[in-house]
Amino acid sequence: MVLVQGEPSTDDEGDRAMTTRVRWAEQLIRHALFACALLSIVTTAGIVWVLASESFAFFREVSPFEFFLGTRWAPLLEPRSFGILPLICGTFLVAGGALLVAIPIGMGTGIYLSEYARPWVRGILKPILEILAGIPTVVYGYFALTFITPQVLRPLIPQTEIFNVASAAIVVGVMIIPTIASLCDDAFRAVPRTLREAAYALSATRLEVSTRVVVPAAMSGVVAAVLLAFARAIGETMAVTLAAGMTPKLTLNPLESVQTLTGYIVQVSLGDTPAGTIEYQTIFACGMTLFLITLTINIVAHRVLKRFREVYE
Amino acid sequence: MAELRNMSVTDSRTRSATRRVTAAPDTVISAENLTLGYGSFVAVRDVSLDIPDRKVTAIIGPSGCGKSTLLRAMNRMNDVVPSANVQGRLLYRGLDIYSPRCDSVELRLKIGMVFQRPNPFPKSIYKNVAWAPKINGYRGDMGELVERSLQHAALWDEVKDKLHQCAYALSGGQQQRLCIARAIALQPDVLLMDEPCSALDPIATARIEDLIDELENRYTVVLVTHNMQQAARVSDLTAFMYMGELVEFDATETMFTKPGRQRTQDYITGRFG
Ligand SMILES: Nc1ncnc2c1ncn2[C@@H]1O[C@H](COP(=O)(O)OP(=O)(O)O)[C@@H](O)[C@H]1O
Ligand SMILES: [Mg+2]
Repeated sequence: MVLVQGEPSTDDEGDRAMTTRVRWAEQLIRHALFACALLSIVTTAGIVWVLASESFAFFREVSPFEFFLGTRWAPLLEPRSFGILPLICGTFLVAGGALLVAIPIGMGTGIYLSEYARPWVRGILKPILEILAGIPTVVYGYFALTFITPQVLRPLIPQTEIFNVASAAIVVGVMIIPTIASLCDDAFRAVPRTLREAAYALSATRLEVSTRVVVPAAMSGVVAAVLLAFARAIGETMAVTLAAGMTPKLTLNPLESVQTLTGYIVQVSLGDTPAGTIEYQTIFACGMTLFLITLTINIVAHRVLKRFREVYE
Repeated sequence: MAELRNMSVTDSRTRSATRRVTAAPDTVISAENLTLGYGSFVAVRDVSLDIPDRKVTAIIGPSGCGKSTLLRAMNRMNDVVPSANVQGRLLYRGLDIYSPRCDSVELRLKIGMVFQRPNPFPKSIYKNVAWAPKINGYRGDMGELVERSLQHAALWDEVKDKLHQCAYALSGGQQQRLCIARAIALQPDVLLMDEPCSALDPIATARIEDLIDELENRYTVVLVTHNMQQAARVSDLTAFMYMGELVEFDATETMFTKPGRQRTQDYITGRFG
């Protein structure tokens, strides 16, 4: 540029025009992408706002004390009662039962995939797990109602109700197996190979290497996997509503019908409850409670996962 | 192989002591026309050598010449590589290591290993040392075994007040001595060491070398190293490998003063490597 003073070459000008155009396009893309990011944040904030404000309206009518400590949930029937504990009990009963099913099978699958399976077996099994995760949840609910309860549970234990916790827990458990298996597999594979070699050289069998070195070393990854699956089980709606029914009940009996937080929200949303009424507002209070539970679990899970990543860095 | 697990260390000591009455020193590990490969690639070609009891045998040679492959064949650590293959014979006290009669898990009770990079478990110092005896059903006094193993690894004085701290808090050299303690807690017969000092600073290296000198009284040591001074300092015998072949195997002194082969001479004097 200095060499051809006062007489810039056409080439140079072309370059500059091009650069300007590219810059301009890049700015546009940048802003568009920012808008996308903003949209998802605004949506989330909007949802939280609606939840919070409607819940606030609800709590002007019903004291939080009654809501969180009351043991009877009957917002639609006289005499009304707004104790949410039966719904929380139903939710945790189903989700806890699901973990009982999913933790052993999911962890076993994870150990098999990372420590035992040959590469080609793994190459087949991993996609199958993902298909399992992709089955619509309503199908699981239908399966619980038409197969597990009448064909499996009732022949074994005749007093099982048509809608019951056990069948819901089993199908939700199956539903979250892929999450646990896949996250455990990732956590196990992140354990350095040198630790396995150390154990083999110390006369350990493959099972001892898996259970006494790999699993303990990946423990926080396993805990995080279980927590994330737990959050999913708590938020699960369709299968649970179909399988466990709609009877709010403070019980520990897995053969009885219960109602979960999500199940109640479906029930009211599908009914013809007029907006603005107290019945209508209950679903926002339930939604808020559900949101806080899953949020807490997710935060704890991510904390645990982060600690796990730091161990090998 | 079942008798190996039950055979206590003292048994094998007395046995080897009686055998030493014969003129030649006892052979612990013996390779006969051993060829080792990965798939169609040959990493070690037609190696025959006898590793004597209660001596330090060094294996030297340039990087990639097959030292680790040969060493890892001795406790069947190559089993974890699916493509690894073996021809010829490798004997441990007369037992064919690669015959179906030999169980690799039991073989590794007798042949311990220390790796290039310290690899303690993410557990306490105590649990690291107690780990292998525990899974193998050791019924004696565990605390005493841990102390003795740490003492033999020259680490006891530095860690005796923090046995329950995580092993990752130790320095690299201390971690490597912990790995040695962990290996000798099983009271093995042979210790295989694959460049145990290559990740350590000179002071930590010197400590490990001193330790190897002491270990020699109790264990047969096979030491892979790319450091010729180290081989000269600590070993009784030296094997020189080049491109998968065993070029020369003799007493260390002979190897470093009047080697029989020109290639050994060239390597030792640093003309290539
Ligand atoms: N797992 C493996 N798969 C394929 N080739 C390997 C494997 N391990 C080592 N090799 C090859 O075998 C040769 C010898 O390797 P190695 O025994 O590690 O040498 P050294 O320890 O003397 O450096 C090298 O050429 C290396 O690339
Ligand atoms: Mg090597």
